[in-house]
Amino acid sequence: MATPAANPAPESELVAVPEHFAVATLRGWNSDAILSVKTALGETTVTLAREKIREACDVLKHAGYNFLSDVTCLDMLPVEPRFHVIYHLLSMSRKERVRLKVPVNSTDAAVDSIIPVWPAANFYEREIFDLFGVRFGEHPNMRRIMMPEDWEGHPLRKDYPVEGYR
Amino acid sequence: MSTYAPLLHPHESVETGDRTMVLNMGPQHPSTHGVLRLVLEIDGEIVVNIAPDIGYLHTGIEKTCEAKFYQQVVPLTDRIDYLCPMTNNLAYCLGVEKLLELELPPRAQWLRVLLNELTRIQSHLVWLGTHAMDLGALTIFLYCFREREEILRIFENVSGQRMMTSYFRVGGVSMEPPLDFWPRVRAFLKKMPEKIDEYQNLLTGNPIFINRLKNVGHLSAEDAIALGVTGPPLRASGVDWDLRRDMPYSSYEKFDFKVPISKECDVWARYIIRMEEMRESVKICLQALDGMPEGPIKANAPKVVLPDREKMKTQMESLIYHFKIVTEGFTVPAGEVYQAVESPRGEMGYYIVSDGTAKPFRVHMRNPSFATLQAMNKMCCGRLLADVVAVIGSIDIVLGEIDR
Repeated sequence: MATPAANPAPESELVAVPEHFAVATLRGWNSDAILSVKTALGETTVTLAREKIREACDVLKHAGYNFLSDVTCLDMLPVEPRFHVIYHLLSMSRKERVRLKVPVNSTDAAVDSIIPVWPAANFYEREIFDLFGVRFGEHPNMRRIMMPEDWEGHPLRKDYPVEGYR
Repeated sequence: MSTYAPLLHPHESVETGDRTMVLNMGPQHPSTHGVLRLVLEIDGEIVVNIAPDIGYLHTGIEKTCEAKFYQQVVPLTDRIDYLCPMTNNLAYCLGVEKLLELELPPRAQWLRVLLNELTRIQSHLVWLGTHAMDLGALTIFLYCFREREEILRIFENVSGQRMMTSYFRVGGVSMEPPLDFWPRVRAFLKKMPEKIDEYQNLLTGNPIFINRLKNVGHLSAEDAIALGVTGPPLRASGVDWDLRRDMPYSSYEKFDFKVPISKECDVWARYIIRMEEMRESVKICLQALDGMPEGPIKANAPKVVLPDREKMKTQMESLIYHFKIVTEGFTVPAGEVYQAVESPRGEMGYYIVSDGTAKPFRVHMRNPSFATLQAMNKMCCGRLLADVVAVIGSIDIVLGEIDR
């Protein structure tokens, strides 16, 4: 377990930690799109406005975050915005990751697809649509991927019982 | 954009036009390595389009994880990618340990590296046997499974299970390996390089094998990165990227090994790279055996790690901790981590979100095969139907981890 330092240094003596490169890049592009930045356990999470995600991915891709590791989703029921779509980007040159987070309301659960930036997002976005019911705008093939086509409900939502409906 | 999207709708009749026909491959096809279904649009012998149809093995593991204690998730991770159980255990345990900010003793880390590399050899042996068998070289399958059997026996020796090992636990490994574990591993590693030579004697110079593999399934580096391909297929496309070396975990930075890459971008390059990786894994295992540190195999965190059996029977405090962990689990501070490791198939990432209770709020697995499958269209379109079998073998998919 990490033990807190016995005598925390006064604020004036703290060395300024350089800002994460991805955060600096996004601030340089459009600081209004950033809702919050959080660094914990050595990982940086940037929460972005829903409308800006595709552009933000494009900006980061050109800044060196060349690889889309993962796209997934969280269901925060009963809090609104209910869904958080999570993107994990990797920069192979900087050996660094960044996590993007997009809050989505349950009344209009839709995000722009990032397939134009990374075609790899195709299956991930279909998976999120299938298991969470979040739609991705302009996705060319927005169908279920894991569950059968005629399945009712979205199993990874928190209000879906673990044993299924019987 | 549309070139990446499967145009076919597997559940509807397809407008075929007058030149092409639709062929259904799988889910019960011997060379789809499980229950993968491919809907192929073909023009004579030429593949025009491929739509993978997955989900036949979907068991909702991510949902199940949310209903289990943190320690109960470990056996579920074995069942995701059943060819590399230790790698799954490792990625999950590292993720939870990061959330707990646990420091592991060196012996536990080195043991994990040793077993992880044995797992990589084991997984590559299954790949080699089945890949060659798909292409008609039946003998090699028996050779590979002969050596794989020895690794499985070593796993049984150390963990009590051949395949679903669950040997790594949050905070270390489950128990100290038995004394005969060390000579068995050493004896196996001593003869393994000769065995790899034997496989290469059977295949590398074989003209039929070469013709089936060379210049087949071309995937450029740009396409590989754009489509999320990782692991040996990415390195076969000339991208020098290996998480073990570039973003080390579990003290991989202390090991000396090469990352084989190739710029040929075809099925042959993926074959050569996996063969070289097996040799490198043998080297890593030997370094781990030679330099294995002494000391405890579990972190000093009584609220998380189960106490030794001996202490549990004799000390009241240990008995209480044991009872509490088994009945209520251990709580993990709220937070989120993404922990990726290099599995035999590529980047295996675990995204774990904790809400401060004893059960994970969300466990998501980023599986290499799931992403790599998207590259099928790029690799097969415009090529012969028979090459599809070679390409499926070369990306080494495991349907358990695709469908989860």
